[in-house]
Amino acid sequence: MQMLKQLEGIRLQALDELNRISELRELESWRIRYLGKKSRLTQVLRSLATLPSEERRLVGSRANEIKLSLQANSAQRKEFLERSYLASFLERERLDVTLPGRAVSIGRLHPVTQTLEEICDIFKNMGFQIFEGPDVEWNYYNFEALNIPQEHPARDMFATLWIDPEMGDEARLLRTHTSPMQIRIMEERRPPIRAVVPGRSYRYEATDATHESMFYQVEGLAVDKGITLAELKGTLFDFCHCLFGQERRVRFRCDYFPFVEPGVEVAIECLACAGAGCRLCGNSGWIEILGAGMVHPEVLERGGIDPEIYTGFAFGLGVERIPMLRYGIDDIRLFYNNDTRFLGQF
Amino acid sequence: MKVSLKWVKDYVDISIAPKQLGEKLTMAGMEVKCIETIGLAWKELVVGEVVALIPHPNADRLKLPTVDLGTKQVTVVCGAPNVAVGQKVVFASTGAQLIDGHTGKAMTLKPAKIRGILSEGMVCSEKELGISDNHESIMVLPSEAPTGMPFAEYLGDTILDLDITPNRPDCLSVIGIAREIAALTDHGLRPPRISYEETEDSIDHLVSVSIVEPSLCPRYCASLITGVNVGPSPWWLQQRLRSYGMRPISNIVDVTNYVMLEYGQPLHAFDYQKLRGRKIIVRRAKRGETITSLDGIERVLAEDILVIADEEKPVAIAGIMGGLDTEVTDATDTILLESANFNQAVIRRGCRHLGLQSEASIRFDKNLSPELPQLPLQRATQLLVELAGGKAAKGALDAYPGKRAPEAILFSAEEVKRLSSLEIDVAKITIVLRSLGFECKESRLPSQISVLAPYWRSDVKCAADLVEEVVRIIGYEEIPAIRLSSSLPMREPTPLLSFKRRLSNILVSCGFQEVLTYSLTSLEKLRRLSPDLDVKVMPLKVANPLTKEQEYLRTNLRANILAALAGNQKHEENGIRLFEIGKVFLPQGKELPEEKDLLCALLSGPRHELSWHGDNKSLDFFDAKGVVESLLRQLDLSATFEVSNDESLLPGKGVDIIIKGDKVGVAGELHPKVMQAFELPGTAYLIEMDMEKLLEKTAKLKEYRAISRFPSLSRDICLVIDKQVTYQQVVGIIRSFPLVSEVTLFDFYTGKQLPDSMKSFAMRIVYQSYERTLTDEEVNKTQEQMLDRLRQELGATLRS
Repeated sequence: MQMLKQLEGIRLQALDELNRISELRELESWRIRYLGKKSRLTQVLRSLATLPSEERRLVGSRANEIKLSLQANSAQRKEFLERSYLASFLERERLDVTLPGRAVSIGRLHPVTQTLEEICDIFKNMGFQIFEGPDVEWNYYNFEALNIPQEHPARDMFATLWIDPEMGDEARLLRTHTSPMQIRIMEERRPPIRAVVPGRSYRYEATDATHESMFYQVEGLAVDKGITLAELKGTLFDFCHCLFGQERRVRFRCDYFPFVEPGVEVAIECLACAGAGCRLCGNSGWIEILGAGMVHPEVLERGGIDPEIYTGFAFGLGVERIPMLRYGIDDIRLFYNNDTRFLGQF
Repeated sequence: MKVSLKWVKDYVDISIAPKQLGEKLTMAGMEVKCIETIGLAWKELVVGEVVALIPHPNADRLKLPTVDLGTKQVTVVCGAPNVAVGQKVVFASTGAQLIDGHTGKAMTLKPAKIRGILSEGMVCSEKELGISDNHESIMVLPSEAPTGMPFAEYLGDTILDLDITPNRPDCLSVIGIAREIAALTDHGLRPPRISYEETEDSIDHLVSVSIVEPSLCPRYCASLITGVNVGPSPWWLQQRLRSYGMRPISNIVDVTNYVMLEYGQPLHAFDYQKLRGRKIIVRRAKRGETITSLDGIERVLAEDILVIADEEKPVAIAGIMGGLDTEVTDATDTILLESANFNQAVIRRGCRHLGLQSEASIRFDKNLSPELPQLPLQRATQLLVELAGGKAAKGALDAYPGKRAPEAILFSAEEVKRLSSLEIDVAKITIVLRSLGFECKESRLPSQISVLAPYWRSDVKCAADLVEEVVRIIGYEEIPAIRLSSSLPMREPTPLLSFKRRLSNILVSCGFQEVLTYSLTSLEKLRRLSPDLDVKVMPLKVANPLTKEQEYLRTNLRANILAALAGNQKHEENGIRLFEIGKVFLPQGKELPEEKDLLCALLSGPRHELSWHGDNKSLDFFDAKGVVESLLRQLDLSATFEVSNDESLLPGKGVDIIIKGDKVGVAGELHPKVMQAFELPGTAYLIEMDMEKLLEKTAKLKEYRAISRFPSLSRDICLVIDKQVTYQQVVGIIRSFPLVSEVTLFDFYTGKQLPDSMKSFAMRIVYQSYERTLTDEEVNKTQEQMLDRLRQELGATLRS
């Protein structure tokens, strides 16, 4: 039974060595030593043939038992080593995850651009097309064609910056509103027309917290057969609801602009006091958002469109007012001071 | 226009609360900006009569009036010198809210012992009531004030502050507003009743009028009142002027103002005796003619100013202001009262020319009707007879060369529906229009009516105007909200617009903050970039600039965006990246300027935010160029960069961006002289591109190429070349080999290990075929040919 003793020796030695292994790569040489083709255990198994049959069976089954148990032990050891290796790896790699990340520099669109895009997108979804027009305009397009002849009392509504005239010049000016584009659009197209014109406008007006000499407007125009105040109301109510929320009350009242008749002012329930009356809304509970109306028949005619056949509506809104209301900005001049501490907030 | 509801109630009954009334007016086009209640705090105040007055036993300057309050009599202490028996006064009982006459602060009246006498109440001054600053004397009410009436009822009022649109001069009057209220609340209007006695002397014998240019003065009416006593006007009249914010002057002037507020027709009173030649001539001023206006200022007139003249010289600037020479004074006995109509445009020009506005000119400027003057003239004459004790001469002057027959407008229910969608029958339309003073008659067609606008509504000229009248009285809230259902217009592409939006988004994703700078700038700022600017291209100038800073239309975006950079550098420690896409205005003679869209971007400061990750290097030329390259890559464009001679850029650090042989922009480091001019420390880099040119180069459709099915091979080479040779030259040769698909420079070296005149480029070259798998031999052969050419053409050698 010397063989059995020998096997037991191999087993003990193998287990002892296995338990002392601390690196995964040592595991392979251990396997070769104890379970490989040239290992003592293998040699024992090979020499079985030389043994008497009684002993052969006994030694053979013992040797196989040992082989299986060593394999199992080695797998266990491997798993143990892998686990502890991972644990120590993870421990080494641990970061102070609260350290700030690597900054990616961030750019932003100007809040007025953001608002313009928002407005234009709403109207685009209603089938309007976006156009742009010149900032420097003829007196004709800015006033005459819009039913505001020279010395018309409504000219008081549009304090104008004029271009230095040269002798015999037709008067040029910085457009006081985007409305001249109503005429330019009609001149070049036949109904149906649905157009929206974003752009800069200018006024001869001393600047203060609520007045700027330059500001953005969005003009709208729809001309076709059968357009009425009801379509104007539907369009602008939808627009106000998109911009200020479905719940916000919107009001349509009579107002005067020389190039529309009937004329309309669209106001929304005050954002600050929800209609109760406060400083922001001058205690009225309402905040004016748009001027609008049915295109005046004379304006249609100037645009080359027969007012007997077609009707249309037009509207205009001031853009800066919208972020001012939304964010509670109380000074319009901030928009064109271009201070990054202001712009970076939007 | 401020209007007293008490006054309005003379002409129309008001059955709704002021707030509701305000809402109705606002909805109908007359925005009520504010409703002020006078006398809201007047409690424990009644009208009393002083029935007895004895001196205070312990004080010389104090008196003890006994005041009858209707229900009882009370004796109090009073220090006012003007208190007298028989006066109607305002009596305050304990608990009244008053203003302390000395401190001006609000106080509640308490019983007080004054020099030993208990005073439970007081007789009030105007200051104590908050009516005026007068604390010298007690307020004395007219004798007809009813004893015992609560003061709030006697003098309380509600003042509406209305925003009258320029088309409604008729509403710059109390009657005009009363008329609106009548129509909006379904009440009748009660205009003032006018009647007065006239003398036997006909006005025609006393004065004549001639109008030189009827188009400038369609009508001139006047009456003559003799034997007037100039003095203060009665208290009620003064009170009404004050409610509008007007200061009472004398009965004569107050009556003209009162009737102007009542009817909206400006009137003017001349001292008849001071008119030379008993003549009124309405004419243009002669050049150089002068007049001293009522405000005491001598004004030089011009030919486009209309004047009222006597035989010798101007006595008033027509419709704007009277003259000092013919002003009514205490000595005036006879008054010539003018009620005229002047051309709106001539008044407007006159005001602008003189820099002068008045209550009269504000009204004439808005196109009053020539039909208006007569009634207010009669009304004022009546009041002058009543209040100044005058006698009216028989008849009135009435020169009316500009009379025109009103034009009827054909109108129908269909027209209302066509513009408003509301179905309102002709009967209802007629009722609404009549309530506003319109005359409606049947016309030839049964569905149509013929409408005549009342004279005070010269703004109503066409059917659309009538639709507004009908709808605003019916109520804009009746209009349904319907979505547009008509057919959509043909889509028109707007490539530039979408392109600008696309580029903005690219720049934002590159870390740039968008700015919007003024279209106007100063010549000085533009010259900072280009000292001889005016010689090259003189920018368009604004004739009436608000400030020197905003006098010229920008011909570039650089000036204003550099100013924005300078402004931000003062507070920003991190790098600044700004851009603007906007218009510049290039003059084209007498035509409108060319409005060109440019992109301008600036970079300055550290590349990264200060952080523990390190790299605190400053942005440099290659950051700017990198942005250009990324942007072009997004657009599928490739550019060549050539040394630029842009005068704002540093000569060796600026490039022209060339695409397909065309310059589309520049990029580079700003010249120190520019930096200095804008007070910018450090360095800054500029990118500028012409949007339209860039769009033109950008393919409408991207070019797609399938991914090669064959593997690529890459080779790294390191070339040593003369410093004079550019990278672009090297790459040009490498790329000319068709198998080369990518070239990347991954190292650039100059220094000790090379001769002074040499530099080295380490590059990775990727070879790729779309037809076959490349073999090493093939690539090696290509690379040998490449190196040969580089050596022969550029003197490049492989670095060992």
